Amino acid sequence: MSEPQFVRSLPRHSGLVVRAGLRRLHLDPILWVLLIMVILYGLIMLYSAVERDTDIVGGQIARVCLALVLMAMAAQVHPARYRRLAPGLYAVGVLLLVAVLLAGVTVKGSQRWLELPGIGRFQPSELMKIALPLMIAWYFHDRPLPPTFKDLLTVAALIGLPVALIVLEPDLGTGILALAGGLTVVFLAGLSWRWILYGLLAVVAMAPALWFALQPYQQQRILTLFDPGKDPLGAGWNIIQSTTALGSGGLFGKGLHDGTQSQLKFLPESHTDFIVAVIGEELGFAGVAALLILYMLIVARGMIIAAQSKYTFDRLAASSLTMVFFVYLFANIAMVAGLLPVVGLPLPLVSYGGTSAITLLLGFGIIMSIHSHRS
Amino acid sequence: MASGMMIKDGTSELRMFMGRARLLFAAALVLTLILVARMLYLQVLQHEHHQTRSEENRMQMVPVPPVRGLIFDRGGNPLAENRPIFNLALIRERIEDLDGLIDALAAVTPISADEIEDFHDRLKRARRPFEPVVLKFALTDEEVAALAVNRHRFLGAEISVEIVRHYPYGALAAHAIGSVRRITKEDLDALDRARYSGTNFIGKRGIERFYEHALHGDVGTQWVETDAFGRVRRTLDVSPTVVGQNLRLHLDIGLQAVADEALGDRRGAVVAIDPRSGGVLALVSKPSYDPNVFVTGIDAKHYAALVGSRDKPLVNRAINGQYAPGSTIKPILGLAGLTHGVVDWEEEIVDPGWFRLPGQSRLYRDWNWTPTNPGGQGIVNLNRAIYRSSNIFFYTLGHRLEADQLAGFIRQFGYGEVTSVDIDGAVAGLVPDPAWKRGAKGEPWYPGDNVNIGIGQGDLLVTPMQTAAAAAVLANRGKRVRPRLLLASEAPLLEDDLPPLPSVAGPSADDWERMVDAMQDVVHRGDLGYQQNGTAWYHIGQDIDYRMAGKSGTAQVVEIKQGQAYDEEELDEYSQKHAWFIAFAPADAPVIAVSVLVENGGGGSSVAAPVVRKVLDAYLSEAPPAPAVSGQELANR
Repeated sequence: MSEPQFVRSLPRHSGLVVRAGLRRLHLDPILWVLLIMVILYGLIMLYSAVERDTDIVGGQIARVCLALVLMAMAAQVHPARYRRLAPGLYAVGVLLLVAVLLAGVTVKGSQRWLELPGIGRFQPSELMKIALPLMIAWYFHDRPLPPTFKDLLTVAALIGLPVALIVLEPDLGTGILALAGGLTVVFLAGLSWRWILYGLLAVVAMAPALWFALQPYQQQRILTLFDPGKDPLGAGWNIIQSTTALGSGGLFGKGLHDGTQSQLKFLPESHTDFIVAVIGEELGFAGVAALLILYMLIVARGMIIAAQSKYTFDRLAASSLTMVFFVYLFANIAMVAGLLPVVGLPLPLVSYGGTSAITLLLGFGIIMSIHSHRS
Repeated sequence: MASGMMIKDGTSELRMFMGRARLLFAAALVLTLILVARMLYLQVLQHEHHQTRSEENRMQMVPVPPVRGLIFDRGGNPLAENRPIFNLALIRERIEDLDGLIDALAAVTPISADEIEDFHDRLKRARRPFEPVVLKFALTDEEVAALAVNRHRFLGAEISVEIVRHYPYGALAAHAIGSVRRITKEDLDALDRARYSGTNFIGKRGIERFYEHALHGDVGTQWVETDAFGRVRRTLDVSPTVVGQNLRLHLDIGLQAVADEALGDRRGAVVAIDPRSGGVLALVSKPSYDPNVFVTGIDAKHYAALVGSRDKPLVNRAINGQYAPGSTIKPILGLAGLTHGVVDWEEEIVDPGWFRLPGQSRLYRDWNWTPTNPGGQGIVNLNRAIYRSSNIFFYTLGHRLEADQLAGFIRQFGYGEVTSVDIDGAVAGLVPDPAWKRGAKGEPWYPGDNVNIGIGQGDLLVTPMQTAAAAAVLANRGKRVRPRLLLASEAPLLEDDLPPLPSVAGPSADDWERMVDAMQDVVHRGDLGYQQNGTAWYHIGQDIDYRMAGKSGTAQVVEIKQGQAYDEEELDEYSQKHAWFIAFAPADAPVIAVSVLVENGGGGSSVAAPVVRKVLDAYLSEAPPAPAVSGQELANR
C-alpha cells in the first residue's frame, strides 16, 4: 500500500530528540498543542463566566487534567486493541443505556444519568459517542467497501439501537448527534450516492410524521428558533439573550469579565451550554473566530491522521471520532447563535463539566494512538 | 468474517475514503463558514441593535418620587406633613403559588377581598420585573412584627416603607386643605405619566389639589444596573428630584379650632377673611371627616357610609353649599337703592308687617309676622330697616329697582361668580335676572321676583365663602379682594399675578359709612326697649368691647303657604330655616370679616351671631394658640 503524496507531513527522519521522545510516548504534538490551547481558552472564559469563582474553575482544571491523563493513557493502547475491544465497548454502552432507562436518575424531566457508586453521575450516551463510531468502523474493517445492502442493514441496526435508546430517555439532541456520528462512518465507508439520495428523500417524506412524534416542548424549541420574540420571557428567553450577548460583543467584545449579559445573569447556562455567548460578548467576533480556527485546526489534524492511517478501522475510527467532535461543536455554536433549536449540548472542551471532556479527550487519545502506531 | 467471498481492494478503498473524507471536511468548512457568517451578521451588522438591547437589559430607569411639599398655617403649624408607613408587598416573580401565599399571609394579618382585588389590579399595571406590588397598606406595628417573625414562610413577600401624607389636625382642617388619594388607574390616564412615574398619591381636594403642581415637585431618575433577577447591582447615574414646594396658608389653625368649636355639632360653615388681603383665616365646614383615612385607603363600606350620610360630611358647605342669603343681602340692597336713587337715608315708610304689590292680593310678610299679630316695625328708614331687618322696607326697595339693576349691583359683591383664587371646587351661586329666568325656567320675570330678592330669597343662591367675601367688601367700603388661602410659597406661582378686582361703583363714601353704622347698630344698638334694639344685640352685643358691624339672615328652606304660620314644631330638622350672620370688626378699621351659616339652625341672630362673636373675640383679643394635636397624634409622629 503506497502512501499518497500529501500525507507525508511528519518526516520520520526528524532529528529532533523531543519529537522522537513524543513519538515514543505516542503523543501527537500538534493535537496536544491545539487541544491544550482550546482547553486553556475555555478555562479563561469559564473563570469569567462564573465570576471568578475559583472553586468551580479549580474543579474544572482537575477534571480536565484527569481527562488529559486519560487521553495520554489511551494513546498508549494499540489501535488493533481498540478494534478488538469495539464490540465489547459497544455492548457495554447499549447495556448501560438500557440501565439508564430502567434505573437512571431523572434531571429536568429526562432520564439521562446513571448514579455510579464512587464515581458519581455518568451519562452512558457519552460513552456511545466513542463506542458507536468504533463499532461501525470495526464492522467495516474487514469487509469489502463500498458496503453491500446487507451490510447497510446490519449497520443500520447497530446504529439504530443505541440511537433509539438515547431518544427514549428522552434526549433527542444527543440521539441525533449519535446518529450523525454513526452515519459519518457509513458515509466514509463509501455509502453509494444512490442510498444517500434515498435516505434524504425518506427523511423529507417522513418529516411530518417525525414532527408529530416530537414532544410538545421539542416542537416548541423548534418553533422558538423561528420566532424567539413570541415568548420572550419563556421559551425565547435563552435564544434572545444569547444572540443579544453575541451581537452586543461586536468585533472585539466588551472585555473579559465585562460582559453585562453574562455577568448580570441575563444569559442562562453561561458557564455550560451557552459559554460561547460569553466568548462572543466579552471577546467579540475575534474571540469566536479564534475559537473556530482552533477547532478547525483540530478537525483538520484529525482528518489528516485518518488519511495517513493504513487500516480501514483506523481510518474510519479516526475520521469519525473527529467528525463527532466537529458535529458537537457545530451544533452547540449554531444553537447559541440561534441557527439550531436549543438542546442540551456542551461546547466541546470549553463548557463546564467533566464527562464531556473525558469522552472527547479519550476519543483524541484513540486518534493519537492510531497516528503514533501507524508504522 | 461474512465477506469472505469478496476481496478487499485496498487501493480503491483508500481512494474512495480520501474522496469522502475531503468531502466531509469541505462540508465541515462550509458549516463553519456559516457560523462565521452568522457571527458577522450578529456581531457586526446587527451590533448596534444588540448593543441597545443589551443596554436596555441591564439599565433600568428607576423613578425617584419627589418629597411632597408641606403645608403650614400662617403661624407655621404643620397642616400636612409626610411620614413613613409600612406596607406588605409581593414580588410576583419570586412567587410560584400566589393564591396560596395570600392565604398564608391572611392567616397572619387580615387581608380583605377588596385588598386582594386591588392588588390584582395593581399587578396588571406596567412595572419593572421584580418590582414589589403592595398587597396591604399601612400595617400596624403588631402586623409588622407578626409578619417579620414568619418571614421565612413567605418567600416573595416583603415589608416596604412608603412615605405618605399625614394630616395632624385630622378633621379640623379637612375641608380647607383637602387631602391626597392614592393614584388610581383612571387618574393615571389623565396624568403626565413621566412626572408621576414614582408617585403614588395625588391631591384630590382643597389646597392639595389646587396646588398639586407646586406641592408635587419634579420626579428624579436613577439609572441603575440590574441583573436578570431585577436586583440592583449599582447606581450608574442620578438626576435628583425637585422637592415639592412648602406652602404657607393664611389659615390660622387656632382660629379654625375656635370656629369649629363654636359651631359645635351643628351642620354649617364658618369662613373668616382678612378684608385687607382676602386671606382666608378660617374655613370650616361641618360635619367634617378625617382626611387621613383617604391616604391609606378607605374600604368600600366606610366610604359608602361617608357618601351616603344625610349630613354629607364630604360636602364642603363653605364653598359648595348654596343657600339663599336671606337678610344678609339687605345692606347691599340698601346701597343699591342709594346708588340708583330710589331711596335715601331720610325716607321713612310705614311697616305694617306686610307688603302687597299694587293690584295683587298676595301678602309678603315681615319676619315676625303671625296670623294673629301682623307685627311690623312701624316707621322705618334705611338705617332702622337694617338694624331691625325690616322686610317690608326691602320689599318696597326691591320693587322700586329694576331687575337688572338689582342683579348688577349684587354681582359687584362677588355673588354669581367665583372670585376666590385658590379655593378648589368653589361654586358660583346664582344671581337671577330676567334673561336667566327665561333661559333656565322658561318663565317671564315677575315683579314678585324683585320683591323676593329684596329679602335675599327667591332664586338667589350664595355660598358662605361668597357672603364672607361680601362682608369683606362692606368692611373695605367697596374695595374688593379675592379670597385666597395661600399666604406664601417658596417660588412665585401663577396665581400671584391676578389683576385686582374693580371696586364697587356707585355708593358715596358717606353711604358706605352710614351703612357700616347701621350694621354696627345691628350689634350694638341696645337697651332701648321694644323694637328699638339691633336684632343681634340681645344675643351678642351686650358685653362687647370692640365695634362690630354685622347683619343677620334667615334663609327659608321650605315655602310657607299664604296665611300660614311658620311653625317650627311642625317642620322636621332638615326643613328648618338656615341661620346666617355676616360681620366684620373693628368696624372702622376692619381686620377680619366673617360669615357663619348654620344649616336648619333657625334665627340668624340667635344661632349664627354667637358663633361669629366667638370667632371675632378670639381673633381680636390675640392670636388664638394652635390647638394641641392629640396624644395619639404626638405618639405617631
